[in-house]
Amino acid sequence: MTTTDPLLAVAGLTVRFQLPDGVVHAVTDLHLDIRPGELVAVVGESGCGKSVLAHALLGLLPGNATVTGSALLRTGDGVRRPSPLDLLACAPRQLARQVRGRVVGLVPQSPATSLNPVRTGRRLLMETLRAHGHARADAPAAADRLAVDVGLDPADLDRYPHELSGGMAQRLATALALAPDPPLLLADEPTTGLDRPLVDHTLDLLRRRCDAGAAVLLITHDLVAAQRVADTVAVMYASRIVEHAPTEALFEAPGHPYSAALLDALPQRAFRPVPGYPPMLTDLPGGCAFAARCDRATPACRVQPAFTGVRTGQVACHHPLEHAQVPAEVPA
Amino acid sequence: MTGRALAACQVSASYDQQRVLDRVDLHIAAGETVGLRGPSGSGKSTMARLLALLHRPDSGHVSIDGTPVTGTRHQVPVTVRTRVAILFQSPRAATDPRLTLADLIAEPLRATGTPPEQVRERTAELADTVGLTADLLTRRPHAVSDGQLQRACLARSLVHRPSYLLCDEATAMLDASTQAHVAAVVRDFQGRHEAGVLVISHDPALLARWADRVVELP
Repeated sequence: MTTTDPLLAVAGLTVRFQLPDGVVHAVTDLHLDIRPGELVAVVGESGCGKSVLAHALLGLLPGNATVTGSALLRTGDGVRRPSPLDLLACAPRQLARQVRGRVVGLVPQSPATSLNPVRTGRRLLMETLRAHGHARADAPAAADRLAVDVGLDPADLDRYPHELSGGMAQRLATALALAPDPPLLLADEPTTGLDRPLVDHTLDLLRRRCDAGAAVLLITHDLVAAQRVADTVAVMYASRIVEHAPTEALFEAPGHPYSAALLDALPQRAFRPVPGYPPMLTDLPGGCAFAARCDRATPACRVQPAFTGVRTGQVACHHPLEHAQVPAEVPA
Repeated sequence: MTGRALAACQVSASYDQQRVLDRVDLHIAAGETVGLRGPSGSGKSTMARLLALLHRPDSGHVSIDGTPVTGTRHQVPVTVRTRVAILFQSPRAATDPRLTLADLIAEPLRATGTPPEQVRERTAELADTVGLTADLLTRRPHAVSDGQLQRACLARSLVHRPSYLLCDEATAMLDASTQAHVAAVVRDFQGRHEAGVLVISHDPALLARWADRVVELP
């Protein structure tokens, strides 16, 4: 295995939720890969399916979800864990015992619901460290180190989750995810509820993990956060990735009209909302889902534009903005 | 000071023994947008709660259009308290999960005895303003996204055409487009009703863009 091999290669990931009155198209035909030492951000409007992506990779979706596609994780020793391991085909027991926490860490969106309320932060952290092979003797020191790493006063570890502010709980949850030093980290809105200095602190922490060789998938609605730390940014709209490009390229010259419109909504830019509203994931239009909100739309947009390219700057659009490549047609 | 304004005069506030605001003044004139920033725990949200009459100051007072107001929200007359509305950071925590979005918007109207016909009209008008479809209006909070729920909360906060609107980190968990949309709706309302707006945020770029002036809490 060379370092340029992706650690995680997601291909054709599709997630559907069956509801009594319809089907939610949460993730559709998603292709994404992440190499060791790389930080990939997935951005998009609320309800575009980006959190479902993280939960699908961890096998944490509810029972009414149907998942197809593959997510090959190249890790493990090849003896106890086969490599590559398809996260989507993995038995729940194997995911729980060998994958979650150990090789794929999750920084959760809502720490309030992911921390055991009857354990102090220190006990949670020690438990995690011990379970991942830290000797009893050096676990306390390691716990303090982790706390300092995430910007938490070690004295605060002796508090229970309900005694922590939202920001402190978020930092504790981050420390718990980092404790086993997983090669792949999924960070699902890790900065919600934090103020700017803490947001930057958390992002820089993820970046340092990356620079030390971990692969990080950052799922966020915060474009400024993505711009600060990501190597590449994937823009998601109505369950699909519509553009995946190097961070600088995306922010300077977005190729997809949706990416451009989303960037224009930033207060640093035009502060103008994307016209119209995102479609319901239960009722997606045929063809390009953005066409109804797009000023470049033509009848050609009734056909779904192709998008299988990863990090090529390719854009899922029939009429991309000038500087982007034109995608091939989807065969009917 | 003369003229229409929402003002906090030398207010102090604390939780248990912890003092979070110590003799602070804040003045929001009609038609003006004031930004409020400061580190976590500096009392930004407490200031919003004081101005919305949800928290009583230890000392000092809040005045609405020159008249000092004492007591919390339910103790002051309807015509006074409906002049100040507040939009919170987390719509999930601010909404009754049993109400449909339509009922959520209409509730303050019904509570003040508005005739059903007018309630329907005003709800439809506001739903249109914030971009909620008829389908979304029939749903309950668990079945909509954060962005959609916050838009419903925004409609609810505007239902009585308040003279002052307090946005407490109201766009912090929203994506850029929804944030810009919420800000646009607030500005449009402000333009038509000459409302005073307080915007609390950690984001300097947002405050620079949205507020006329920014006050910093230490």
